[in-house]
This record gives sequence, C-alpha cells and structure tokens, in this order.
Amino acid sequence: MNRINKLFANKGDRRILSIYYTAGYPTLNSTVDIAEALEKAGVDFLEIGFPYSDPVADGPIIQHSSEEALHNGMTLHVLFEQLKHLRKRVALPILLMGYVNPVLQYGVERFCKSCKEVGVDGVIVPDLPMYEYEDLYRPAFEENGLSNIFLVTPQTSEARIRKIDGLSTGFIYLLSSSATTGKNLAVSENMEAYFSRIRDMELQNPIAIGFGISTRDTFIRATDYADGAIVGSAFVQLLANPDYKEKIPEFIGQFKP
Amino acid sequence: MSEYQVNENGYFGNFGGAYIPEMLYPNVEELREQYLQIIQHEDFQQEFNRLLRDYVGRPSPLYPAQRLSERYGTTIFLKREDLNHTGAHKINNTIGQILLAGKLGKKRIIAETGAGQHGVATATVCALMGLQCVVYMGAIDIERQAPNVARMKMMGAEVVAATSGSKTLKDATNEALRDWINNPVDTHYIIGSVVGPHPYPDMVARFQSVISAETKKQLLEKTGRENPDYAVACVGGGSNAMGMFYHFLDNPDVKLVAVEAAGKGVYSGESAATTILGKEGVLHGSRSILMQTDDGQVIEPYSISAGLDYPGIGPQHAWLHKTGRAQYASITDDEAMHAGLLLTRLEGIIPAIESAHALAQLEKMVFNGDEHVVVCLSGRGDKDLDNYMKYFGF
Repeated sequence: MNRINKLFANKGDRRILSIYYTAGYPTLNSTVDIAEALEKAGVDFLEIGFPYSDPVADGPIIQHSSEEALHNGMTLHVLFEQLKHLRKRVALPILLMGYVNPVLQYGVERFCKSCKEVGVDGVIVPDLPMYEYEDLYRPAFEENGLSNIFLVTPQTSEARIRKIDGLSTGFIYLLSSSATTGKNLAVSENMEAYFSRIRDMELQNPIAIGFGISTRDTFIRATDYADGAIVGSAFVQLLANPDYKEKIPEFIGQFKP
Repeated sequence: MSEYQVNENGYFGNFGGAYIPEMLYPNVEELREQYLQIIQHEDFQQEFNRLLRDYVGRPSPLYPAQRLSERYGTTIFLKREDLNHTGAHKINNTIGQILLAGKLGKKRIIAETGAGQHGVATATVCALMGLQCVVYMGAIDIERQAPNVARMKMMGAEVVAATSGSKTLKDATNEALRDWINNPVDTHYIIGSVVGPHPYPDMVARFQSVISAETKKQLLEKTGRENPDYAVACVGGGSNAMGMFYHFLDNPDVKLVAVEAAGKGVYSGESAATTILGKEGVLHGSRSILMQTDDGQVIEPYSISAGLDYPGIGPQHAWLHKTGRAQYASITDDEAMHAGLLLTRLEGIIPAIESAHALAQLEKMVFNGDEHVVVCLSGRGDKDLDNYMKYFGF
C-alpha cells in the first residue's frame, strides 16, 4: 500500500481534497514550497504537473502555467532534483501528472524509478494508451509502487470503465464532463445522473472527480457522489498573484471549513 | 499485408498508435471501428469518385514537362495536383472525410490549417454539404495568409485564431484537438495530413492515394509502363507524398524520394528537416519522429513555406524512413525559391513553394537519361506570389 491507498482506505467520512499545480510555476523553485504550504493548509493529496509544450487536454490557465514553467527552465530532470528532499518536508501522497512525450524521452522505466526514489506515489499520464501501459510498462509501475491513474469521461463505455477499474491501483479520475481543464462546473441534472451511474457501478477503486471544480459548492456536490475531488486551474490561477503564499490557507479553507 | 501499411493495431512498424487522452477516446474509437467499412463500401466509393471527377476536376493531368526534362536529361512528369479545385491536393482528403462525417451523422466540422490550404479545402466541402465549419489557424498565420482567411470566411467558415504557444500550425492543431475534447458528440475533426492518432494517418493516405492510382494509369498510357523509376514529393506532415507513394510502396524498383524543408540550412537553427533533426516521440496522438528538446518539448520548426513547417512527420513516413524504403532529402528556402522560378520560366507553371521543394531535389539527382521521374506538383503558387515577389524583388 502506498500513501494514496492508505489515504483512501482510512478516509472515513472525510471529503478528500486534491490540488493540482504546475511544477516550476510561478517560479522555478516554488514547487516544494507550495507542496509544504498546501499540506499545512489541510489538503489531502497533491498532483504536481510536469510541463509540456503541447498540452492538448488543458485550457488556457494550465497552458499558461506550463509555458511559464518551461520558460523558467523546468524539465523532468530539474523536477526530480527539486523533489530529492521532498519527503523531509512533505508527508502527503503525491502524484506526478503530465503528457507522455517527456516521459518517453526520460525513459519510462527510469521515470518510474526516479518517482520511487523521491517518494512519489502515483502517476497520471492522460495520453499514455491503456494498451501500452498493459503491454509494456505495468511491471515498471508496479515494481516501484506507483499507482497509475486512468481517466473516465461521461462518454466512456461501461465495459471500458470496468477494464479501467481492473487496471487501477489508486483511484479513478472521473472527469466532470468531456472538457479541457479550467471550465467552471455548473452541476447539472445530467451530470448528477452520470455521477450516480458511476457510483452505482460499485467499482473496487475510489473515485475522485476533477475538471471544473473551483468552488466550495462544486466541491461539495462532487464529493456527495465521490470519495474526493480535484481542484486544478482555480488554484493555478491563484498562483499568478504575487502574494499567493499568504492566500493559500484562505483558498484551501473555502473547501475545508 | 504490405510491411509498409498499417497493421491491425494501428502501427506502421513501431510508429503510429493512438496516444490520446480519454476524452478523445470515444471519437477516435468510433472512427477506428467504422472507417474501413464506410470508405470501402461501394456506394461511398462511387460518391467519392463522382465528386473527385465532377467537383475537383480529376483525374489531374500527368504532364510530361519537356523543357524541364531537357534540362535534367531525363523524362520528367508533373502530377498536376495544382489544377484541382482550391489549388492543391488537400481537397482529395476533405472530400473523403466530409462524406465519412456524413455517414457518422456529424453536424459540425473542425479543422486546423497552417498556410490555409487545408482550411480552404475544408471550408469548401462544408459549404458543399451545408455543414457548420470551424477552422483553427495560428494567429501569426492568419496575418501572413490573409487571402486564404478571406476565402474561408466567404465560404461561411468561422476562422478562430490559435493564440497559444508559437501561434502557428502546431498550436492550431492543439486548439482543434481541444475543441474536439469539448464537443465530443456532434463534431468530426478533419485532420489535413497523414498525422494524428490511428486511424487518421491511414485514412488520409487512402484518400490521397488517388494521386498514385491515377499516375500509374496515366504512365501506362503515355509510356507503356505503369511504374516510374522515381516518385518525388515534398513532406511537411506528408499527405501529398503519401498519396504519391501509396501504390508504389510494394514495388522496390520505384525509388521514393521525400523532400523536407531545410529552411535556412539544416543546422541553422531555422529548419524543418524532421528526419535529420528529430527523434522518436509522440505528438498529436501518434508515435513518430519529431523535432524536440532532450526533455521532450516540441521545437518550433521554420520554413519559408508555411505548409512544410511542421515539427513532425506522419508515422508512415517515419517507418518508410527507418526501413529505408524512401529516401528523405532536404531543400533550403533558397533552393526551393529558385526551383519555383525555374519551373515558371521553363514550363509556365507557378508552383506552390511547398511543391518547389520537390522540384529543387531534381538538381541533386543523377539520372541515366531514359528514366521516368514523377514529381508531385502538390499545389499552385498563387498563394505564394507575395513571397516570390519579395524574394526576387520583382
């Protein structure tokens, strides 16, 4: 069991809050400081994005943070260097999230090993095909104790969701709608029907809902149906403020009063 | 099954596949399941061929370029894709895909475009079929290619500026993919080249393969043998080249020459010579060769030709390159511009600067005298007149 598994296993009635942010943004060396601040503010786990030049699943806010991070000099090598002493400062479960090409250039096996060395618990690579994970990379993930997180959208078929459930070892990342990141979510009846449909499938993995979660209301409504929810763009937008450090407790507080 | 064609898993050798986020999976899977069945159906083929004949103006001529042949001491044929409706080979693919979109019941069409040729070809077929059309185009390209923007708008398309990243073709493609993620049910994405997740590279190659199918027939009529010694074409993403090579892939006697844009010189830092400068990686949904940093960030390419400055090549090209089945050459801006002027002066044909890259390669080839060389003249140069005028100071 890694930290992610333990978190969900022991969560009780809590609504799990995860925060996504881009490594190397707003400044190259802000990555671990932000993690520490988020832990203090009461966040349950973190998704640290490693930037890519062509983030097709992302809306303008995360595109911008990725561009800035690359401009600041962030690479996977730099990130793993920054995370070397992560576990002296932060105890939260941590996932790395990004696109497949930087991982391929780094080397998938080597990437998994580096994750383990710095204490990363799981990985989200939305454009890594399921078949390639199954055929080529699963042993590298498992040997290094990494959860590979798959996404599910309202259009994902039931058979595919069952297959994803069988392959998942951390949680299932349920997209609130088929959309790029950063669209504010208005929870509609359709969406609640979709959340209930997934809940009623009684999957073996916990569910966390992401994309469009930006307010307390959306967080609560999402976690009425799921174990947790993920806030990304809304937090990345906060980081654009020069005094973001002081604002983190208040921002997190709105979700966890 | 040809070793150069896509296998049942969607790969050409180790290139291709579908590296897409889950949000695109249902769309791409729907296409993958249905494309062959739809496009191989007799009714579809009849409709496709009827439109290519009556609307596009096919077959395009195979023109024996006499004065060009004399200059190079061999027999050169130009496959006149520049004479197609809308002025380039791009329309072969958009006709095919718009019919396919109709069969899939899609109501809304999106596309990316660089120079605007594919955007115009897409806007054209959408007008023809009465479908809503949104074209993504880099903000910089919108400024550079005003006449094509006007054409698209006149045909009723909405042209949306891609303002992310480098604001050119690669970013327009990203924006189109984002649109598709946000509109997963009613929208079909007409990709303009042999790139993207499987089945796009294979599907686009099939629609463009009419180029080599006609060439074979026309060569047989004109020369008594259907296979040339050389087939030469320019490569950005590589759709006209794939169309030109398609029916010759399994005949090793036909030498295939693909010409990339070397920009200001392969190693000048301003180039689009992907097979030389690139490494294996994933961009826009497929594993191929692409220009990238050691960290896997995509490098923005450069060419004077807006249709060739793409940082990757289609996965089938990557495989033809790796296996050595096709030769990949590169031509600089200067070489291409002079080849464009040469064709104009010798044959009275103004080629697109893209196609001029293929023509420039003739200067570098050594011929025996009685060989048959087919060059794909993928587009006409009207859109490039400003560039030619500035370059030569006319």
